[in-house]
Amino acid sequence: MWSFIHKHASPKHFYLLAERLIPWLGWSTLILLVVGLYQGLIVAPTDYQQGESYRIIYVHVPAAWMSMFIYMVMATSGAIGLVWKIKMADAVASSSAPIGAAFTLLALVTGSLWGKPMWGTWWVWDARLTSELILLFLYLGFIALESAIEDRRTAANACAVLALVGVVNIPIIHYSVEWWNTLHQGATVTRFDKPAMATSMLIPLLIMALGFKLYYLYAMLLRVRVKILESEKDTTWMKELITGAKK
Amino acid sequence: MSEFFHMGGYAFYVWASYGLALVLMLWNVIVPIQRKKQQLTRIKRKLRHEQGNNPAA
Repeated sequence: MWSFIHKHASPKHFYLLAERLIPWLGWSTLILLVVGLYQGLIVAPTDYQQGESYRIIYVHVPAAWMSMFIYMVMATSGAIGLVWKIKMADAVASSSAPIGAAFTLLALVTGSLWGKPMWGTWWVWDARLTSELILLFLYLGFIALESAIEDRRTAANACAVLALVGVVNIPIIHYSVEWWNTLHQGATVTRFDKPAMATSMLIPLLIMALGFKLYYLYAMLLRVRVKILESEKDTTWMKELITGAKK
Repeated sequence: MSEFFHMGGYAFYVWASYGLALVLMLWNVIVPIQRKKQQLTRIKRKLRHEQGNNPAA
């Protein structure tokens, strides 16, 4: 088991694995998003209360889920890098940060664009919105800290610690709608009993969520690949791979 | 068709949401692909340079 982990955690194997996975992930993401958009924008019925504006849900909710999911991946792989000094874990953490930040920004802006016509305001300082804004600052802090420290090892360790401290914010975001009286509505999908949403509206949401998840893996591996190219450029295997690929 | 783009009067809010999603998601794909191309060109140039200086290699 340990040797298996070490083999696949080596930059060379990770690079080759990424090269093989990237096209598959790219195409399946594209297919899922096209199907999800068609289902969400055309097939799903109009909401009887919110009219067509509710269709923002198909970007807003998956983006918000991903903003938290990516943070957990980032903090976990950061911790693995911190404890076991696995270079690829640090690469996964740092490659996740810009994608997570983009999804957090997307969740906030689409929330605003949905809030204006439905609540009558772009922004309120309620617990859900504020904790999500803090998440954006955590991502931006991670990115800024990483670029501020020259030494790669030190930067990765400092960022991992920052990410781990910030994990406390994740349950706050999730439970904010229960713990405080918020303008933001409660959970409709991630409940123990049946989701409080019509199946015809729920299916496109789940397709979009899966599409966003595969997109994350795709975009993250694209970044990891560049990082390996930069850090391993002087190794023999990389030189062989590049000159071999050169026709 | 125009009814579809009209989105029951919520066109601005709906399409701005989807538009931003498109921009951010494309950006996160295009940037690393561009960077990979640049990095590969840089490494290849360096390798050619090394081989030029050392004919035995």
